[in-house]
Formats: sequence, C-alpha cells, structure tokens
Amino acid sequence: MDKKMINKLIRIIISFFLVLLLLLINFDNNLINIILYVIAYIIVGYDIMLKAIRNIIRGKVFDENFLMSIATVGAFFISEYTEAVAVMLFYQVGELFQSYAVDKSRKSVAKLMDIRPDYANVYRGDEVVKVSPDEVGIDDIILVKPGEKIPLDGVVVDGVAMLNTVALTGESLPRRVKVLDEVLSGCINNDGTLKIRVKKEFGESTVSKILDLVENASSRKAKSENFISKFAKYYTPIVVIIALFLAFIPPLLIENTSFSEWIYRALSFLVVSCPCALVISIPLSFFGGIGASSKNGVLIKGSNYLEALSETEIVVCDKTGTLTEGVFKVQKVNVNKYSKDDLLKYAAYAEKFSNHPIALSLKDAYGKNINNKVITKTKEVSGKGIYASVFKKDVLVGNDKLMKAYKIKYEECNDMGTVVYVAIDGEYAGNIVIADKIKDDAFLAVKLFRENGVKKIIMLTGDIESISKEVAKKLDLNEYYAELLPQDKVNLVQKFMQQKSEKGKLVFIGDGINDAPVLALSDIGIAMGGLGSDAAIEAADIVIMTDEPSKVASAINISRKTMMIVRENIVFAIVVKVLVLILSAIGVTSMWAAVFADVGVSVIAILNAFRILGVRE
Amino acid sequence: MKKIKCNIKGLDCVNCAIELENSLSKIDIINNVSISFITGKLIFECDKENKNIALESIKKVIKKEEPDVTIEEV
Repeated sequence: MDKKMINKLIRIIISFFLVLLLLLINFDNNLINIILYVIAYIIVGYDIMLKAIRNIIRGKVFDENFLMSIATVGAFFISEYTEAVAVMLFYQVGELFQSYAVDKSRKSVAKLMDIRPDYANVYRGDEVVKVSPDEVGIDDIILVKPGEKIPLDGVVVDGVAMLNTVALTGESLPRRVKVLDEVLSGCINNDGTLKIRVKKEFGESTVSKILDLVENASSRKAKSENFISKFAKYYTPIVVIIALFLAFIPPLLIENTSFSEWIYRALSFLVVSCPCALVISIPLSFFGGIGASSKNGVLIKGSNYLEALSETEIVVCDKTGTLTEGVFKVQKVNVNKYSKDDLLKYAAYAEKFSNHPIALSLKDAYGKNINNKVITKTKEVSGKGIYASVFKKDVLVGNDKLMKAYKIKYEECNDMGTVVYVAIDGEYAGNIVIADKIKDDAFLAVKLFRENGVKKIIMLTGDIESISKEVAKKLDLNEYYAELLPQDKVNLVQKFMQQKSEKGKLVFIGDGINDAPVLALSDIGIAMGGLGSDAAIEAADIVIMTDEPSKVASAINISRKTMMIVRENIVFAIVVKVLVLILSAIGVTSMWAAVFADVGVSVIAILNAFRILGVRE
Repeated sequence: MKKIKCNIKGLDCVNCAIELENSLSKIDIINNVSISFITGKLIFECDKENKNIALESIKKVIKKEEPDVTIEEV
C-alpha cells in the first residue's frame, strides 16, 4: 500500500469508530449527534466532496464523486445521519479496495514479466564497464556473471553456462549454452561466466519486444469491454434521471406520502448509479488472463484475441515444426551408380543456400565443409525442390514432382519419411530418406484441444501424402491435407473459415515464418517457438514462446476461464443492481442494500477477477 | 506514424479512463488513442514531426478534463 492508500485507510477507521460510538451512546442532545456525524462524514469523505465540486464546475453531472456526494448530503437533509456517513464510508472502502486490487494485479503481472535487465557489463577496451543496456551497440562484447540477467540478444564467444529461461518460456528446465550458441535477453545465467557478442540493440532485443507486446496488449479491447463501456455510458444518466423523477413526481401524484420518503428512494438510486463494479472488473479479468497466459509462456497481443480464443472451433496446424519436431534426420540412402557419400555430397552442395529443414538435414548428414565456389547456379522450384549446378554437373534434388517435371526416370521409394530424389546430369542417381518425429507434446495438445471444446483439428502440410496420413492417424486428427503449396494453404484456410459456425473461431498454428498470409487470414494466428524469431512475433496474434503445441490448449483453457469470470461478473453486477433499483423504487429496501449493490458487488467482482491470476497449467 | 507511449498517473477509475480516452480521440492529429487504467499506460500514434504538438494538445485536454492526471513519455 502506498501513502495515499494508508492515509485513506486511517480516515476510514477513525470515521468507522466514530459512527460506532454514536450508535452505542446516543447523546441526548441531537445537535451534538449531528455535529459528530458531520465530523465523521467530513473525515472520510472530504476528498470526494472536493472532487465533486470541482467536477460540477466543469459540467460533469454524471461524475461518480458528485453522485455520491449528492446521495449522502441528501441523506443528511432527510435526517438519515447513520446512512449518510455509512454510504460514504463504504464507498471509500470500495475505492480503497479497488485501488489496492489494481495495484496488486499490476504488480503481480509485472513480477511475471520481470525480465527487464537493469544494466549490462560491457567491455570498453580491456575494462569492463557497467552501463545501461541502451548504451550497448551491436558487436560489443558483454560479460554476464552467474546470477545475472542476459541484457541483450547475442552469441556466446566464451564460456559455458546453464540458462534459466523460465521468465521467457515458462519452461523450468535450464538450458545449456556454449560457445557459438545464440542467447536471448531475459534469460538468467545460473552458473558460469559468459562473454557474449551483442547481435541486436536493446530496443530490438527479445526482452524489449516481449515487454512491448504485453504492455500494449490491453490497448486492443475485447468486445465485452466495449460493451461495458457503452453500457456505462447510458446506465448512469438513465438511473440519475429516474432518480430525479422518483424524488419529485410521485409525492405530487400520490396522497398521504411524504417527500422525504421518496427522496430517500431516489438517493438509493444515486448510490447504485455508479457503474464502477462492471467497468473495473472486466478489464481486470482480461489483464489477469493475459498475465496468466504469459506466465505459461503464451504471449497474447490483445484482450480481443483472448476473448476470441475461448470460442475456438477449428484448429488448423502446420505439420512440420508444429506437430512434429521439425528436425529431419537422414535415415537411409539408396543409391544408383554413385556411392552413398557422393550422393550425399551432391545433395548437400545443391542445398547449400537453403534453410529448409530438409536442406539442413542433408548438410548435417554430409557433415563436411562446403566449398561455395563449385556451386555455380541454384534455382528453387517452388514446392518441388531445387536445381543446382555443382562441380559442373546439373543436379536436381527434390520430390517426385521434380523428377516428373524434368522427365527423369526414377525408382519410387515407399519408405516412411520424406524421400528426396537426386538426379545428376539428367540421370537418376538415387534417393535419400529423411524422417521426422511427432512431438510427444502433440498428443497432449490434441487431447487438451478436444477437452476445451475444439470441434475439428486439421493438419496442413507441404509434405507427402503417406507421411501426413500416418501423422494424422497417430495423432487422431479430424482431417489432413498433404502436398500443399503455400497458396493451397491459403485457399484451404479460406474454405475452412466459411465452414465454421458464425460464432466459432478458427485458430491457425504455424512456425510463423512462412505462414504470414495464413496467419493474417485466420481469426487467430499463432506462431510457435516465437523466441528469437522477429518475423513470428510480428505476424502472429499470439506467440508461443516454446515449441509445445499444448501451450495453445492451455491458453484456450485460460481464455475460457477468463470469459466465464467476465460473464459471471457482468450478469451478477447487472442483476444485483437492477434488483436493488426495483426494490428501492417500491421502497422495500434501505440504502444499505444500495451500498451493497455498489461497493459489495464491486468487491466481489474484483475478487472473482483475481481468480484468473492463479490459473496454471 | 509513430507509436508513442506514456505513463499516465492520477486517474480515479476505469470510467474516467474511458471518458478521457474518448475526449483524447477527438484530437485530429493523433490516432488509435488508448488508455489502460490497469497498466497506467497511454498509447497513441501520430506523425513523427507532430509529436510535440500532439503531446501538448493531449496535456491541454487532460488539464481541462482531469486536472489531477499527469502524463510522462517513456
């Protein structure tokens, strides 16, 4: 609690005991009673009165301070002293609780996101200087000692260490890094001393990107938030106008009734007229939901996406790197005329400039340095493979479509996995079988998706039919589409978007690098393994920091819980308020009920919203 | 268009934040104004060369609507 809050708390306590005292010992002299009540009132409510006066000068009639002041001062005039002070007292308790709750949730989310480094140890000549991370440039060498946060993204040039990445990924297992490994800002160096060559300026580093994303998340408002803003806009004026009618019309029309009776009812209306319970608890819930997700390694770029996630009906996944590990290993080399080593060599040379997983595994299997000079020409054949001129030979490396396109007579290979056919100088030279593994986490993900109301799980892949079929079968997916070119994926997602029900949402999960059009097309685009990939963070609506698809399912779970709480709060607050309004209008309740409808509802709604922060998968 | 972030302090309630946001969105030279009561952030977009004028006009509106509120660019 800060000074302002403690100050308010003390005023509340003093005023409370004064009222208690007045209730216990009723002074004979009414004037003394009134004076003491007024003192108690002023102690607890003077700031509200001041604000009210100031706001009314500026013409803000529907200001909550003003309405509360009118309600309480009015109660004094109709001689309801206890009620007058009590309403102000409880109103202040509510306000205090509200600022405490907001402060608390802000802090707990800030703590989750406590990844901002305070300083960097940078080499200036031979000396190590402690500077702000902003002042470090690209290619500077920084020193990270045990227990320190890595301040900027870079590459290890010296040392080994275990890194704690939990703040970034939600993953509690530490990661081992050595020379030439890339490291990300925000990780904590558990042991060892690292020298790191900086690759990105602080503003472009992972930490800044993530903080920026989370801080901006609440600026994209959800539909329910907009609904509440609109509701609040009309609710207060309507209630105040009814209160005015209630105070003056019925006493003129009905015989044998007193003005003070109806004014009392109207004042209750004013107490209930503040929409605060609703307007605070809804964004607080979304904020909590986004915080809880970040804790689980899921960055959500806006409340609107969190809201949409709860209505997920179709999940469309990329296969490679999403459901499977994406690490291809050469399993088998079948040769024709050439030796196995030669075949691998030609294939690796041809794929030298490609970063496709298959290319990487070919180069990995070859394992030797590649001399760029002998590669005189390379041309990618989209969706089919690559043509290259290597050692003055024409080399084709790709799938069966490539062989067909160049009219190569090849032997079909039916091994499980991706078969890469190689032709040299127009003649079939053999094939290389590369296989990938389904992630263990993918099984969990599918199970959790279904548990969280997902109706259809669809896999899209550029990979061949036989592998895709097997992956889809093993994972028990609803549909799969194989051998797709990038534009086929776009067409298919377009089709799925039309198939889904009106309210249902389509989620696309991919690696975020080649999926930009599809990510943009779907209701919610999710990029996996967002760590370190700027393109992914940029293009997606939600970024999964690790490469576990099950995180998406836990995010859906959090979003469903968030929306449940949001709905509970909206319904609860509106029902209680309307009920109390009706009961006050017909005069069967007291102002105490009105206080509950205002402060009580607000406190309960905030407490309800707080439940989300505890959600952990 | 440049995105500008400010810390905003002294707001009483979410409703006040929403109202202030509405008033600020009427300023011509700035776009996509958003005030988050919970994170205490004011975010808006404007042309780079208009930044100072934008901040001045925002401060002017705030002074009129919520004199207790202060902003500070981050």
